[in-house]
Amino acid sequence: MSDQTHTHVEHDIAPGDEEQHSVGERILGYVVGLGLALLLTATSFFIAGTDLVWQPSIPVALIVLAIAQMGVHLVFFLHITTGPDNTNNVLALAFGLLVVFLVVGGTVWIMAHLNQNMPPMDQIMPMRR
Amino acid sequence: MAMTATAGHAHADPHHIGVVIEHPGPAPKRIVTAYGFWVFLLSDIVMFSCFFAAYAVLVDQTAGGPKGAEIFEQRNVAIETVCLLLSSFTCGMASIAADVRNRFWFYLGMTVTCVLGLIFLAIEFKEFADLIARGYGPSRSAFLTAFFSLVGCHGLHVSAGVLWLLTMMAQVFAKGFRADVLRRMMCFALFWHALDIIWVGVFSVVYLLGSGV
Repeated sequence: MSDQTHTHVEHDIAPGDEEQHSVGERILGYVVGLGLALLLTATSFFIAGTDLVWQPSIPVALIVLAIAQMGVHLVFFLHITTGPDNTNNVLALAFGLLVVFLVVGGTVWIMAHLNQNMPPMDQIMPMRR
Repeated sequence: MAMTATAGHAHADPHHIGVVIEHPGPAPKRIVTAYGFWVFLLSDIVMFSCFFAAYAVLVDQTAGGPKGAEIFEQRNVAIETVCLLLSSFTCGMASIAADVRNRFWFYLGMTVTCVLGLIFLAIEFKEFADLIARGYGPSRSAFLTAFFSLVGCHGLHVSAGVLWLLTMMAQVFAKGFRADVLRRMMCFALFWHALDIIWVGVFSVVYLLGSGV
């Protein structure tokens, strides 16, 4: 007839829902997530108080560990995956993250440069007369 | 023959790419509800990012008052973190129990989640009360204002979550595992896990970065 192929589109998966798994597999997923999250948390608290590593690297390490732990929570607790049935959830998350980075990054960037972009105080005062 | 087939599917395949999609109709209500709640949670995270941004700007404006390193107690924060993490796990267990309609494990999981959430709130309330008693209330400096509003806003969310949790237990007790109750349970689980994600940001940025630097 023709080269047209009929594909049946399955429904998406609700955020938080998983694909069909047995109860044992689902519990195992939460156990793995809990173990990874506990490991990352323990590392964060250890790094914050230790003298063993180069001190200026600690803030960067803490932020990286926090982002990693958020990823663990998203994958193992909220079940956000890269599967085609999860596209809507991932796109909403991506837009949310974009706004978060614009708000936090933009605020910190602007406020950190505010002082040097202002004329000194003794030049402002004559202007106000 | 090929012509008529193409014409017949023209509305489904306007660019003639050869793939005809059979639309399965509107999505089930469980997906629509959870997706809407997911968008709400993301907007809630955006709101928290404003508090984080305000905190990052004001963290050094102590106005002669205490710095973060002088008032934070890492042991309490570690206990709070473990409580919230374990409660996220037990909340997951409760939602699995709700899906397989097992009342005993559902009530057990929700009760443990509730107790862990209350321990978290008690430690946070005690920390706030101690700070205010020492004269380090939110009006002491811009840093303390930002600290109290960020951590307090998260604490308010946890309080609302505990109330919602008790409501879910009451609804399952009164109505059983009906479809609408299960949808609410799914939204509650999303809410509780999202609170844990925000707490990861709070303890890393506020407590650990604040006490180290």
